Formats: sequence, structure tokens, C-alpha cells
Amino acid sequence: MLKVAGVDAFYGQIQALKGIDLEVEEGSIVTILGANGAGKSTTMKVISGLLKPKKGKVTFLGKDITGLRPDQLIRKGIALVPEGRAMLAEMTVLENLEMGAYHRKDSEVDKDIAQVMERFSILKERKDQLAGTMSGGQQQMLAIARALLARPKLLLLDEPSMGLAPIIVADIFKMIKEINQSGTTVLLVEQNAKQALKIADYGYVLETGKLTTEANAKDLLEDTSIAEAYLGG
Amino acid sequence: MFLEQLINGITTGSIYAIVALGYTLVFGVLGIINMAHGEIFMFGAFMGVVITSTLGLPLWLAFVAAAVITAILGYLLERLALRPLRNRPDSHLAPLISTIGVSIFLENLADKLFGSGNHPVQNSLSEASFTIGSVNIYVVQIVIFCISIALMIALSYWLLKTKGGKALRATAENLETASLLGVNTKRVIMVTVVLASVIGGIAGILVGMAFSSVNPQMGLSFGLKGLAIIILGGMGNVKGAMVGGMILGLSETLVVALGYSGYRDAIAFIMIIVILLLRPQGLFGTKTA
Ligand SMILES: Nc1ncnc2c1ncn2[C@@H]1O[C@H](COP(=O)(O)OP(=O)(O)OP(=O)(O)O)[C@@H](O)[C@H]1O
Ligand SMILES: [Mg+2]
Repeated sequence: MLKVAGVDAFYGQIQALKGIDLEVEEGSIVTILGANGAGKSTTMKVISGLLKPKKGKVTFLGKDITGLRPDQLIRKGIALVPEGRAMLAEMTVLENLEMGAYHRKDSEVDKDIAQVMERFSILKERKDQLAGTMSGGQQQMLAIARALLARPKLLLLDEPSMGLAPIIVADIFKMIKEINQSGTTVLLVEQNAKQALKIADYGYVLETGKLTTEANAKDLLEDTSIAEAYLGG
Repeated sequence: MFLEQLINGITTGSIYAIVALGYTLVFGVLGIINMAHGEIFMFGAFMGVVITSTLGLPLWLAFVAAAVITAILGYLLERLALRPLRNRPDSHLAPLISTIGVSIFLENLADKLFGSGNHPVQNSLSEASFTIGSVNIYVVQIVIFCISIALMIALSYWLLKTKGGKALRATAENLETASLLGVNTKRVIMVTVVLASVIGGIAGILVGMAFSSVNPQMGLSFGLKGLAIIILGGMGNVKGAMVGGMILGLSETLVVALGYSGYRDAIAFIMIIVILLLRPQGLFGTKTA
């Protein structure tokens, strides 16, 4: 479904990605692991269109999408929940959800928003509250719900569990699994490597801008060197 | 007497408010102060002179002409003076300077096109007035007030309730997030600059009607008052621009009514000093780090 081939990306003079190759199969959950500063978010930025790669190619559903803008890519079915959630803090919860469906022209938007609010009852209770006043976990729910309202084919999640209490983290991972089961392909960046690998089908390990390891998630979980480096022993 | 002054104050205040709206919209979305806004406003004011006084055409046509001309000026401003400077490390200072350049250019252009000095504004409404009890009210004042209020209500409605308005607010808050949600932020920025310019142009006509005279230098003094108002109300805050405009208009009128008319133009700057000391984020602004 998604194919990244030989991508180099820069911030000014600093090279953040060096020849990244990765693939995401339709219907799967793929995770990218790596230490701080390895280039995980940069990879997500390239795929979502926030950062144009200097070299290489990104293909989605057989079409070259390299260098397209985020607002063009969401119309093709790629949605990113960025690191730190990127709430529209001065807009209400409901307005954030409406913005999630911004590019849609079909008649089911209202129905979908109602459905999302049924599923996340906290969003319904707080719908007229400013998004910036919600707790971290609630904001993450809102960020994911908002991305789902775009009806993406591929959902990119950049560290959705960051800064959340363990019990909420478990909720988030359960939710990601459910999202995937209802038909959305997921590319997941996580610090929480163990939990990510548990729900993922396939995993990549990124080190200072290069992919060093890739394997089935199960194998990565059992790999002792990976375990030492990223799974806390 | 008091009521007449009150009506004067409200009329002036509602004009100030819509001058300030243009600044606040652009600041909200782009984070820059458009120093050419006052001169775009002045071009709108001259459309009033040309259409009604020079050509003797009806007033509504002046509004149409002002809207068209200022929309074109706004478009050119964004294309030529703002967009090329975006994504630079000095992206706050550079547009400030380039818009100052545009303002100097437009002022001189107006001087050439329309001639220097004061140009009287005359139209069918200029002298019309009526009296309620002992209060004398000019029809022009009612018209200005109604147009300003209608404009503010329409803009607020658009920002709060429509898809385009929400896209603008989202872009103002976080450009990256807005684009991830599908907003073509380049287009939103263009719409913002054009919209702000058109609102400025309409304000220009209203000023011509209220003060019966326009000149190529008027952009500066009104522009500075507009800036004072958005500092008072909170940078980028629409409600702040409206309330701040009213406060300035009313206090200026009050000062004149009390017999200190020489201090009229100082009020705006006294207000800036006071607000910066007491509440630097402005009346409706929120504190940012
Ligand atoms: N906006 C930026 N400007 C300059 N350098 C950047 C920028 N963003 C990231 N970098 C650099 O690029 C490299 C990769 O950063 P990236 O954010 O992709 O890492 P990451 O794997 O997501 O890390 P983390 O786990 O901390 O989120 C780092 O060396 C970082 O310092
Ligand atoms: Mg990151």
C-alpha cells in the first residue's frame, strides 16, 4: 500500500534520513522503533507531506506521491496524528472533530461525528469545551478521533502514548488495534516498543537516520539484542 | 449635547473597529503586522471620492469599487511582498519591512493619481440630518454605524460558523495542523489578506463619509490608531479589535467634549502605554510564553 524508497531528508544542512526504504502492507499495523533523534518523526513528516524529501520516492496505492502537500495527501487517504497531538487548543472539541472531516464532501459527516462521540463519551460530554483545556489522555483520544473522521486508508500515529499514564496507554493501544481491525492500515511510531510490537505485524528499527533491522513483530519481540536496546531488557 | 457626542463617539469607534479588524486578521493568521494596511484603507477612501464626488455616481458603487481595488491590492501585497519572504529565518522582521515599503509606494502612488492635499467627499447623504427631541443626528452616522455593525456581525458569523471561517481559525492557530487536516493554507493566507484589505477599503469609504475629506497621508494616522487598538484589544483577537475600536472612538470624543481637543490623537498612545503596563497581552488576549 505504502512504499518508501531511498528517501533522504534534510533540515537545512542537517541530514535526518539516509536512504530509508520501508513498506506498509494494506490492512497491517507496522511500527517504527528507535531512540530519540533517530528520525522517526522525520519519516512520518515525509510520508504525510510536511517535509519534502531531497531524494527518493514515496508511493501510495501504486501512485507516486513524493512532494505532495499534506492537504493533498489527506484527500488520497493518508492522515497523520503528529507527535504532541497538535490540538487546535482554541477551538472546541466539536470544532476539532469537524475540522477532522474538513476535506470530506459526503453527507455522512454529521453521522460519523455523532458516532465518534458515542464511542468516546468524554468527547460528547466536553464537546463545547476548548480542546486546550482537556487532559493529555483526552487530547490524544480527540487527536485520534479527529484523524479517523478524515476516513483515512492509512493512519500515521507518532508516539500516541507519549506522556500518558500506563492505564491510558493500554487504552490507546487497544484502540489502535480496534481501528486496524475495522479496516484502517496503521503505521505506528513508538517509544513503548514492547506494547507496539505486541499489536504490530511488522517492525522496523531506525538508528540515526538509517533503518538497521526489520522483521516480523513477533521475531523482533524475541530478538534479544532488540530487547536490550529498546524494550528495557 | 451628551447624546450627540455619544453618537459621534460610537460612529468613530465603529470605524476604528473595522480598521483594526484588518490588522488583527492578518496578524492572527500570519503573525505579522501589515504596515501597508493603512494605505490600502486610504485607497478605499479615495474610491469614495472618485466615484461619488468626481464622477457623481451613487454611493453603493463606491463600495463596490473600493472592494474591488483593495482586493486587488491585497492580492498583490500577498503575492509580491509577503509570500516570497515566507519560510525565512527572519520571517517576522522581513515582512514588516517589505510592507513598510509597500505603504510608502502606495502613498506616493495616491499622491500622483489623486493629487496631494485634502479632497472633499460629497454625496447625497452628506448634509441629510434629522432631529429627535433636541438631538441632531446625521443620516451618515446611522449609515456608518449600521454598515460597521453588519460587517462585524457577518465576519464573526463567518469565522465562528462556516467551514471557511473555521479553516481560517485553524490556520491562525497552527498552520501545520491545519494543513494536515486538509486545509490549503496557502489559499487561506491569500483569502485572509484579501479579506482584510477589502474590510480596510470599506472602512476607508466610511471614514471619508464621516470626516468629509480624505488625503494620501491619512493611511498613517488611521493605521497607527488601528495598531493601537489591536494592542489594546489583544493581537489577533477579533473581539478585541471591535471593543478596542469602540473604546478609542468613545474616549476621543469624550476628550474633545471636555474641551481638550488638542489631546485627541494622543489618547490612542496613552492607551497603549497603560495597557502594556497593566495587561500586556491586551484586554482579550491570552498570555503566551
Ligand atoms: N525542525 C528541525 N530542525 C532541525 N533539525 C531537526 C528538526 N526536527 C528534527 N531535527 C533533527 O533531525 C533528527 C531526527 O529527528 P526526529 O524528530 O525525526 O527524531 P525522532 O526519532 O522522532 O525522535 P523522538 O523520539 O525524540 O521523537 C534529530 O537529530 C533532530 O535533532
Ligand atoms: Mg519524534
